[in-house]
Amino acid sequence: MTVDSDNDLESQIAEWRTYVHRRQELHHTDAEELEDHLRSRITELTDAGLRADEAFLIAVKRMGSLDELSREFAREHSERLWKQLVLPGEPDVRTAARSRRELAVMVLCAAVAALAIKVPALFGIDISDDDPGFYMRNASLFALPALAAYFAWQRRVSLRVIGVLALLFIVGAVAANAYPLAADSQSIVLTAIHLPIALWLVVGVAYVGGDWRSDRRRMDFIRFTGEWLIYFVLIGLGGVVLVLFTMGTFDAIGLDAEEFINSWLLPCGAMAAVIVSAWLVEAKQSVIENMAPVLTRVFTPLFAVTLLVFLAAIIWTNNGIDVERDALILFDLLLVIVLGLLLYAISARDPAAPPGLFDRVQLALVVSALIIDVMVLLAITGRIAQWGFTPNKTAALGENVILLTNLAWSAWLFLGFLRGRMPFTRLEHWQTRYMIVYAVWAWTVVLVFPLVFNFA
Amino acid sequence: MHIAKDLVAASSTPLVLGILDEGESYGYAILKQVNELSGGQLEWTDGLLYPLLHRLERLGHVESAWEAPPGGRRRKYYRITDQGRAELAEQRRQWAAVVDALRGVWSATQSIRPITALAWGAGR
Repeated sequence: MTVDSDNDLESQIAEWRTYVHRRQELHHTDAEELEDHLRSRITELTDAGLRADEAFLIAVKRMGSLDELSREFAREHSERLWKQLVLPGEPDVRTAARSRRELAVMVLCAAVAALAIKVPALFGIDISDDDPGFYMRNASLFALPALAAYFAWQRRVSLRVIGVLALLFIVGAVAANAYPLAADSQSIVLTAIHLPIALWLVVGVAYVGGDWRSDRRRMDFIRFTGEWLIYFVLIGLGGVVLVLFTMGTFDAIGLDAEEFINSWLLPCGAMAAVIVSAWLVEAKQSVIENMAPVLTRVFTPLFAVTLLVFLAAIIWTNNGIDVERDALILFDLLLVIVLGLLLYAISARDPAAPPGLFDRVQLALVVSALIIDVMVLLAITGRIAQWGFTPNKTAALGENVILLTNLAWSAWLFLGFLRGRMPFTRLEHWQTRYMIVYAVWAWTVVLVFPLVFNFA
Repeated sequence: MHIAKDLVAASSTPLVLGILDEGESYGYAILKQVNELSGGQLEWTDGLLYPLLHRLERLGHVESAWEAPPGGRRRKYYRITDQGRAELAEQRRQWAAVVDALRGVWSATQSIRPITALAWGAGR
């Protein structure tokens, strides 16, 4: 054999190997075993006097068709059709070492987050205290810095970005604690709601590795957020079971575990779950189908029908919407849900696909939500002046306007897309660019509102 | 002569276990030995040996280990377990019973009829 035919053979075997690797039923070690077999067969045939390329063809033929092989492997290893999450067969030693290192850093970050929430207790601020103000204001400041640190490490972000991240977290911490907010004030509730949103978007900067101007990376962060929420809720459900069993079993031996659960298990567990969920989303990214778009598919038609029936009911009964004080918040939440359904449908959509029935349902959902919200706004504006501009009212109204603007323009872009006048990516860009509005608004509520409303 | 697929499948487990009973081996060598033992009559699709080996491993009849000669490619070796030996003995008893029964049938008919019967049987 000449050097040339040797190289030729190697490239042929490499090509065959890539075909084998594409089969999900065949793991890396199986491919290696089969390759060893292939090579043995080729060696035997070339020793018998065949040329390398002839030997290769015969050996591949004798191996049997890949379809048949995959089928047999799938029958033997049916578990492989269920994608496994935590310990996937790592293709090579280096990625295996890397995922082990990631696991270690994740555990470290989760431990830091879990312990961070116990630090204030060292200074006499207990969770079980009657005054929950401190933990309400600071809830997001225990886990989210650790989460940002995890992403900063994993994405190897530049020092400049790390500086920006640290600065933003410090600003958040100062805003939450420097203002003299009373525990029963509206401002403290607003801070407790908006600081996590503001800081979550800061985590987003770490998530995208500092490349926060990129539309694609922002969309990745939106996808991440949806999946993270789902995993967090799932872990939370597991946590509820754990708490119930802890209480029940210790109760059975006459010990009261409530104190331990309230001041250790729940807070530390919740903080660690923030990190673990994020790690799970990252680890399973390419292993398991995203859940948020699936839920979106299921609930978009249901919500669309509900809203259309609601509109029909208003017209039919001629009942006006009862604009109680909480109505604005309820309809804010409705817009958030509609926006979420829109976002996660966009996040999973192939931009090149032509408009379909689902897109029309989506547009119907958005438009009906818009009509309902406009009706609510018209009914409520008169009353707002009467109630006066409290922080709560202002925040609720501001959010409503922000969401309304987003959805109205989305509906317009959507219509253009359905009529074939605009590419779908316009809608995607609109959503990813709009994230900056959320960030500005959340920070405004946290930083400016208490000053404007005199810490009310 | 072409041996029917069902027969190949049925005989594959005792063949592999029997070969491994002689000592540890790897896929390609097992296949070569099957070929030699049957005088080239038993033809397996090469790749399909591996799902079989994996099944035997899952059932606990064989165990496997990767071994790498210095400077060479690593190779997966299979070794029979005690449970595998018990299974081999059991299969051997069953096959002996089948062979005995068949021998009885062959000596009773003793003509060309078995061949037509087989052809009829294959066309089910």
